[in-house]
Amino acid sequence: MRYLPKSPAEREEMLAAIGVKSAEELFSSIPERYRLKKPLKLPGPMSEAEVIGYFKERAAENSLGYTNFLGAGVYNHWRSVVTDVVIQRGEFLTSYTPYQAEITQGTLQAIFEFQTLMCQLTGQEVANASMYDGSTATTEAVLMAERLTNRQRVLVARSLHPEYRHVLQTYARNCGLQLEEMPYGADGTIDREALRGALRSDVAAVVVQSPNFFGVIESTPELAEAVHGSGAMLVIAIAEGVSLGLLNPPAEADIVAMEGQSFGLSPSYGGPFVGVIASREKYVRQLPGRLAGETTDTEGRRGFVLTLATREQHIRREKATSNICTNQALCALAATVHLTLLGKEGLREMAHQNLSKAAFALAELEKIPGVRRAFSAPFFNEFTVELTRSVKLVNAQLLKEKIIGPFVLGTAYPELTKHALICVTETTTRAQIEHLAAALRRVLEQPL
Amino acid sequence: MMNGKIKKAGRHTSQDEGLIFDKSSAGKRAFELPPLDVPAVDTAKSLGAHYRRGGVEHFPEVSEIEVLRHFTRLSTWNYAIDLGMYPLGSCTMKYNPRVNEFVARLDGLATEHPYQPQELSQGCLKILRLLEECLLEITGMDSLTLQPAAGAQGELTGLLLIRAYLEKQGNARKKVLIPDSAHGTNPATAVIAGYQVENIKSESHGQIDVEKLREQVTEDVAALMITNPSTLGIFEQRISEIADILHGKGALLYMDGANMNALTGITRPGDFGVDVMHLNLHKTFATPHGGGGPGTGPVAMKKMLEPFRPVPVLVEKDGGRLALDSNRPNSIGRVKAFVGNFGLLIRALAYILAYGPGVREATEDAVINANYIRKHLDGVFDLPYSLPSMHEVVFSDAIQKKTGVNTMDIAKRLIDYGFHPYTTAFPLIVPGALMIEPTESESKQECDLFIDAMRSIAQEAAENPTLVKTAPHTTRVRRLDEVGAARKPILRWKPSDQPQGALHHASKVPHPEPTPTV
Amino acid sequence: MAYPTQYRYTKEHEWVDVHEDVATIGITDYAQHELGDVVFAELPKVGAAVTAGKSFGTVESVKAVSEIFAPAGGEVLEANPDLQATPEKINTDPHGAAWLIKIKLNNPAELAGLMDAAGYEAYIAEKNKEASA
Repeated sequence: MRYLPKSPAEREEMLAAIGVKSAEELFSSIPERYRLKKPLKLPGPMSEAEVIGYFKERAAENSLGYTNFLGAGVYNHWRSVVTDVVIQRGEFLTSYTPYQAEITQGTLQAIFEFQTLMCQLTGQEVANASMYDGSTATTEAVLMAERLTNRQRVLVARSLHPEYRHVLQTYARNCGLQLEEMPYGADGTIDREALRGALRSDVAAVVVQSPNFFGVIESTPELAEAVHGSGAMLVIAIAEGVSLGLLNPPAEADIVAMEGQSFGLSPSYGGPFVGVIASREKYVRQLPGRLAGETTDTEGRRGFVLTLATREQHIRREKATSNICTNQALCALAATVHLTLLGKEGLREMAHQNLSKAAFALAELEKIPGVRRAFSAPFFNEFTVELTRSVKLVNAQLLKEKIIGPFVLGTAYPELTKHALICVTETTTRAQIEHLAAALRRVLEQPL
Repeated sequence: MMNGKIKKAGRHTSQDEGLIFDKSSAGKRAFELPPLDVPAVDTAKSLGAHYRRGGVEHFPEVSEIEVLRHFTRLSTWNYAIDLGMYPLGSCTMKYNPRVNEFVARLDGLATEHPYQPQELSQGCLKILRLLEECLLEITGMDSLTLQPAAGAQGELTGLLLIRAYLEKQGNARKKVLIPDSAHGTNPATAVIAGYQVENIKSESHGQIDVEKLREQVTEDVAALMITNPSTLGIFEQRISEIADILHGKGALLYMDGANMNALTGITRPGDFGVDVMHLNLHKTFATPHGGGGPGTGPVAMKKMLEPFRPVPVLVEKDGGRLALDSNRPNSIGRVKAFVGNFGLLIRALAYILAYGPGVREATEDAVINANYIRKHLDGVFDLPYSLPSMHEVVFSDAIQKKTGVNTMDIAKRLIDYGFHPYTTAFPLIVPGALMIEPTESESKQECDLFIDAMRSIAQEAAENPTLVKTAPHTTRVRRLDEVGAARKPILRWKPSDQPQGALHHASKVPHPEPTPTV
Repeated sequence: MAYPTQYRYTKEHEWVDVHEDVATIGITDYAQHELGDVVFAELPKVGAAVTAGKSFGTVESVKAVSEIFAPAGGEVLEANPDLQATPEKINTDPHGAAWLIKIKLNNPAELAGLMDAAGYEAYIAEKNKEASA
């Protein structure tokens, strides 16, 4: 087999050196009745060409040839081919976690740069070497706030991504956290009055996403003032990181939990992505996950190491801040390469294109009778419209024109029965937007 | 001093590359976008108070070639599987087949959005279905979830499944038993799942003390978390008794699948009494480590836990169409957004397809390599447990300690011989442990080079301990000050006009040129 | 390093210096040596209550975390402010400048069972013998 570097003769030689006649003897410590007598029933073996053939067939059974207007936590952005050139280098791809710092300075310095970029983007003082994704980063941020405040109540905006809320609920059940949902107002932002009413001295954290699931931008400074007044912590979740190219960073938040998929990671049907958690320096010892720190060697040279490991599972065991062992190193590296390629101007320009195209799309759609903008507050690259008929049925018609239509908000928000969430990024062309508008007009003109 | 017969490739130790921020200057671009084809929005007007004037402060501005050179140079400072063996115990650092990288990037796979219509995702769903079937065949279990993003998350999912199942029976119970040889994620996970941890000691052969277990398993115990083979690389010979004791008291047996590389194709955990287990696809199934992730930790379970699986669940509808179903009233919820780390699931399936039923051969080769190394180093290093090793072997530094050399020193000296260190100081039940797992990806030559290096170091430890204690000598940086890094953490770059911790200074000491011989 | 004769010592390697109903608590030279280079100490706030036999904080090195147990119950009057910036004092002066907390004792009688300096030295001599056996 091409992945096994032993010739039959070498195998024999090694068995003889060990002192056994066959490989079978090496498994004698397994009780006989549990040893398999027949090979496993698995497809294959396949040559390289056959493996490729199998996956090409699967690729042809998906959505090639369709345009899509989906965001909702996973975004289509340009990514440079240079990113793959870097992360495909064997020294990055096939390297282990940098516990032996002397021979993994490449990974460690890249993590240090990633941590820096995340601080710059979010306006926070310290960021870790990444989390699994935005949903778990948000959950860990809440757990961190619980540890820091010693309080149990958490106020969670209903406009936080439904799957992020679901993950938070799954974890909270076993940690004694009480989650309370905060409604959104008519303009799409969090209902400030309800929030103020719920803020008592037993609240550990308030969790708000911005731009939120409806695409609407929340006001962090205002929220921070209200939240801090009661001694709680403000957790801002960000699902669309490109927004930070043009939007003020949530510097007033205590903890920021971000999904970094927008920074050079393909949608890949949901993963792997990269979560980010960033906060104030004074909270660093409660930050979960890995951290790379700068230091010097015995001869005074600068180098990098994983540090503050005593927070982590392999030392604290039961008392760890989290059970996380991995970080998303290669994804974080991809994000680092992508962001340094974009640079300050590139990110700003990308964000501006998103803003412009989404504004154009809304303007075109609002011209159609039967389409109404649902929320008045400013948005970035996603917005919500209300239609005069079921979004599901509309999408079924759009599919015939090879358009994958907007996210059906009714599936996650039963009160938003005819609402659709439309995402437009820099990758969407004017022609595609106009096609969507024309097709939608045709569908809505049809008799019911 | 060095054994001149050992010839291993070295790494670039020079090229003093600074941080990307050091190369930044205003106006440089590395990426250009197609021109805007719609009216440009007046940002200030549109965003009002939200507008971030001036963009991201201090964000780097560099050109494409500078980015590529920067990261290429950094990469040359890393050791990697592509360069040579990693004898890291319980990490299973095997070859990452490149065809896996190719297929994961195909248009039509890398491009798919998790919320696109399921009728336009049948290709993705078929991949999930086939991977599920293969992993169930390999583990001997009844049902699976592919959602957890890592082994640790898989452990948590497994414990949450156990909790949900026991809760449905009327009593979630209070405790989880964990052997003292366990990986640190096990107790950390148990606590997050809301259980108290009770340790169970190993007996003199490093196996679970079955008599103690009998005493400790009460109706307050929800589960025992074992690793099999154990972290000593030794199969738990009384596994069926262990399973019976637990099941007799209504408790469940959880298996940490980190060591599946010793079992695949040889035996199946579902057959020897395991109720629920996680797999590490980045270990046994060759998805790349990438410098520390991403990983993925699917959880396989027996039938009774199936209703509690996280959502969404893969189902088959009429006409063979596949769908994702989230309408599962008994589900524990979600441990992560979307369906799982799909890009890695592709890679794991590609690995399995390449081997087919022949995957047993990989397991045999892994066990041969470990035993070959054990045979040649037994006596050179202390072997604390004499039971047969499977895919990994654990020595201790007891012999070398006599001249003041410990496992960490030996590990650092191994770097000078061109290898990544083995796992040091774990498992905790072996003081001064050397945990060695070569995997099946190592040729006889690589194993021989490793054995020669370890023998040479043992000799050095006896005759010239200082040389070993001050290793490594040939790396780009010497031993790094971890104490300073923890006392005064510097966790990000700051522009020179902003104060940084006392440690910060640009590298003034030149890095060594590559030395001609090891 | 000598063990001050006026202190009393616990089996978990804390020392106590009592003056009327105020006790100063720290960790011993043996403890700091076992830990290695100290990087951080987590101490309770002023006004917090500590309970005899229960952990009130931790001392960390790069690779280990050690809990510190209260030899007697009381209320925290002071936590050593220097240890935040210079935790290494715990290595260099564990019996003096690197005291951890001062508490107002609820019940000084709780200290009755502690070892004196000679007793503690004998105790750690036994421990060292066991370790090298």
